[in-house]
Amino acid sequence: MRPRRPGAARENLAGWLFVAPVVIVLGLFMLAPILMAMWVSLTDWNGQGSPFRSGVPFVGLDNYSRLFTEEGLARQDFMTSVRNNVYYVAIVVPAQTVLALGLALIVNARLLRGKTFFRAAFFFPSVTSSVAISVVFLFVFANSGAVNGLLALLGVDGPQWFADSRGVLHLLLGAAGLVDPAAPPQALTTGGPFGLSWWEWLSGPSMAMTTIIMLVVWTTSGTFMLMFLAALQDIPVSLEEAAMLDGAGRWGVFRHVTLPLLRPTLFLVVTLGLIATWQVFDQIYVMSQGNPAKTTLTPAYLSYETAFGGFEYGTGTAISFVLFAIIVALTLVQRWVLRERRS
Amino acid sequence: MNRGPRTLASTFAGYFVLVFFALVFLYPFVIQIATSFKTEPDAAAHPLSPVPDPVSLAGYERVFAGTDLPLWLGNSVLVTLAVTAGRVLLDSMAGYALARLRFGGRRALFSAIVAIMAVPGVVLFIPKFLVLNQLGMYDSYTALILPVIADAAGVFIMKQFFESIPPTVEEAARVDGAGVFRTFWSVVLPMARPALITLTIISFQGSWNEFPHTLVAVQSPELFTLPRGLADLVSGSLGKGTQYPLKLGAALLATIPVAVVFVVFQRFFVRGANEGVEKG
Repeated sequence: MRPRRPGAARENLAGWLFVAPVVIVLGLFMLAPILMAMWVSLTDWNGQGSPFRSGVPFVGLDNYSRLFTEEGLARQDFMTSVRNNVYYVAIVVPAQTVLALGLALIVNARLLRGKTFFRAAFFFPSVTSSVAISVVFLFVFANSGAVNGLLALLGVDGPQWFADSRGVLHLLLGAAGLVDPAAPPQALTTGGPFGLSWWEWLSGPSMAMTTIIMLVVWTTSGTFMLMFLAALQDIPVSLEEAAMLDGAGRWGVFRHVTLPLLRPTLFLVVTLGLIATWQVFDQIYVMSQGNPAKTTLTPAYLSYETAFGGFEYGTGTAISFVLFAIIVALTLVQRWVLRERRS
Repeated sequence: MNRGPRTLASTFAGYFVLVFFALVFLYPFVIQIATSFKTEPDAAAHPLSPVPDPVSLAGYERVFAGTDLPLWLGNSVLVTLAVTAGRVLLDSMAGYALARLRFGGRRALFSAIVAIMAVPGVVLFIPKFLVLNQLGMYDSYTALILPVIADAAGVFIMKQFFESIPPTVEEAARVDGAGVFRTFWSVVLPMARPALITLTIISFQGSWNEFPHTLVAVQSPELFTLPRGLADLVSGSLGKGTQYPLKLGAALLATIPVAVVFVVFQRFFVRGANEGVEKG
């Protein structure tokens, strides 16, 4: 390219010098890893030596088909992890969105004082280390921990949270008298898609998983509350007051004025939540390692465990890429929603 | 209109909900602090009590005598300082170039950075290990620092910021004959203080709390940072007993630096969290 302005060549050079460190770091540790992992997901590399050596067996798409079409432990574990994560997402995303919105509405209420303190209190868990906070929740939900202590005050015998693999949906079905969890109907246990029976798909999150769900809702609501707060502060007070004067009740104002104006933020919080909840890892690693009975296994943890625990790097990276595809799809939805919002 | 009593009642209800949730969000930390000063039998018998009885420093004594926490602390300080300094400098340089300097491929590069921001961290665990291993960096301080010394989101935040300030001051400096780097260093950066503080805080917090990267970058216990050491501690390296006072004490020590920074620089945390809204 011929420099057109005086000093353009120098500016060109300066520009590249300024971005060079970032380009090298991101290229080497974001882009190159993805390309390298694509290759590894097509091989049976066991971690010995370089994956580019000639002796590494090339298996094509076998690692992927083992997750979806071939019967076996790999598919069973993967589908179990997908099931666990689906229930996790289905509870965490609505719960944290509603809680965050509720907290934001109360903190934003004009008549109340001490907003700064309460905002900080709700946000604080979000900034702490996921590992440190998981340690706290290990104690809070321990057999003789705070939650069971609280339940004992109410006369309830608390469960052994982290050892309890019973599915919540199974328990509810049992409590409603629809199905006996100890002897589920044969129609449900004999068949089902992807190597799990219908009964297994219908387990709901296990009691152990619910502790992780509670932890995550508790830690992330604060961040989303801030997003709702920022959006609420953009709503002109006069608009709500006008609606009040028109005779709308409080609920009516919220339903017909506030909520429609919050819609873009609501979409954003939900999609950000969907993207984040598919990546749950730290809490699983510290609190349960996929136990009990694989009911807290998630694709992220399974991929890590398969590669670094079982030395099956090919299968592990294949799981990563399936997870990648799920998250990219959700990100595209988010992008699309944001575009709507900006226009 | 009976506005008075209704307003009073709803104010009361509002405070009740606020205080209830403040307890839900803060009481676990109260329990954590209290339990770290309890004896083991006391911790097991009175898990809800905010008062240790008797007050015991045994947990902390064992943290310092029986674990490698001082070593993890040193590693965490070293890695956090290096990563934060690196991110603030490199991200703002790149952000400035993308906002102001005209160079070939600038648009394509910016698109690439936006795309990289969307790559979910968890899918890079194994890939990052592969590259570190291939480059012979695995299990070193370099592995802990270099891969995270620049980040796409930070570049994005700085670019947005530089675009929001008028270019007249720099142009004046350029006319006076200052070079690009000199202008950046002594004119642009001082103006960028609020953005730099936000970026410093986000980087500090992210780096101090970073866990999964350490999992795929190092394996030697001498290279563990606090979150890694802590995770190792609870997943069974202690052996016998629950030892909750010790574990919660160690977790508390890992939380204190971020808590202090949070209290002092709260508004920058708030700003950082809301950058998330814009950056998507």
